[in-house]
Amino acid sequence: MSRGWSETEIARRVLADLWEGAYVNLGIGMPLRLNELLTPEMGIILHSENGILGMGPAPPPDRRDDDIVDAGKAHVTLIPGASVFHSADSFAMLRGGHLDVAVLGAYQVSMRGDLANWKRPGQRLAGVGGAADISVGARRVWVMMRHLTRDGEPRLVRECTFPLTASRVVKRVYTDMAVIEVTEHGFRLLETAPGYTAAEVAAATGAPLALPEGVGG
Amino acid sequence: MIDKTVPSLEVAVQGLEDGMVVMVGGFGDSGTPHELLNAVLGRGCKDLTIVSNNAGDGDRGIAALILHHRVRKVICSFPTTAHNYAVREAVERGEVELELRPQGTLAECIRAGGAGLGGVLTPTGLGTELAEGKPVIELDGRQYLVERPLRADFALVRGWRADRWGNVVYRYAQQNFNPLMAMAARCTVVQVDHVHEVGEIDPMQVHTPGIFVDRVVRVEREVRA
Repeated sequence: MSRGWSETEIARRVLADLWEGAYVNLGIGMPLRLNELLTPEMGIILHSENGILGMGPAPPPDRRDDDIVDAGKAHVTLIPGASVFHSADSFAMLRGGHLDVAVLGAYQVSMRGDLANWKRPGQRLAGVGGAADISVGARRVWVMMRHLTRDGEPRLVRECTFPLTASRVVKRVYTDMAVIEVTEHGFRLLETAPGYTAAEVAAATGAPLALPEGVGG
Repeated sequence: MIDKTVPSLEVAVQGLEDGMVVMVGGFGDSGTPHELLNAVLGRGCKDLTIVSNNAGDGDRGIAALILHHRVRKVICSFPTTAHNYAVREAVERGEVELELRPQGTLAECIRAGGAGLGGVLTPTGLGTELAEGKPVIELDGRQYLVERPLRADFALVRGWRADRWGNVVYRYAQQNFNPLMAMAARCTVVQVDHVHEVGEIDPMQVHTPGIFVDRVVRVEREVRA
């Protein structure tokens, strides 16, 4: 029997922490799973860096519009109440602290909240896109990623070895094994996924993990 | 009688010469002036510096210019689209120099260029390799990177509707970098689906006022099968 959360279950866990009226930006990759779970009744308003507030799910093939795309250039829709704007306004929303939550993928997160999600070490041609502005500007940066790399190395680390996107910005990390908060003192366990103990999560984390009251081993 | 419309794409890019800086609007294919880029390719200009969010994908647009060895430098935020072999291989060969700016910084530097400002102070990139070689200043206890403004010889812009005075309306997320680049070039050329007589566009709907626009050319919107 498999342990932990699937990507969709991680997305569901993130969704449980969002609220009606929240303005949210979803990064490319795993965070886009949230878009599959959102319903209009939740009242969560998605921002897309290319200039959309009120982004809806993908349209049926016969309703695609090349002028309505998301940050990954995929066709999307506009929900009632949506607005469109140019890139400077779009990034003013981000950098200016107007966006409530950015849910981003990552290679690594450090115990100080440093985010590495745009470039692998030694990668010659890399694109930062909007990631640096989004992570600097959003009020809350939440990361969604697998707890370990394919080789079993921790992605939650003392110091990032991958190039940084922004320093000291990540507030919370949602993985297949746990939900972890980034505090002034480092990582703190909030919740373990089914089948994992706090001790197992700590062993899979590359920096000290504080255990709050009530999360047993 | 002001009439900024021009009869053809060839006329629209007249005066675009070797070594010039050219801003190209668009995000992926959305709001990208592909037909104007084809006209630049047809004109044969080389040693161009391209300012755009992406650096071309597949073999169209900016990628076509790169594949035909017309580009010396690209200033962009995201050259790593799915089919970016043109720019990737040109950078690996040392043929094209790449300058990377975060997307919000790129947008604001273009806006600053158009607005006559001397630069942009931004927290984006601080403490990362994106800040390398850039001055950092402290104001009121906070640190900022100093990013230089961007200006161009030509801006190639895609809009939806324009009138003969060059007032432009964009369609949905077609805006992206287009209204910003329209402000930042000595010669701004806009390709649109529809040209209107003066007075036909509601002033409250205008995104780019005509003062920023030099030429308007109508291009039939391509109908996808």
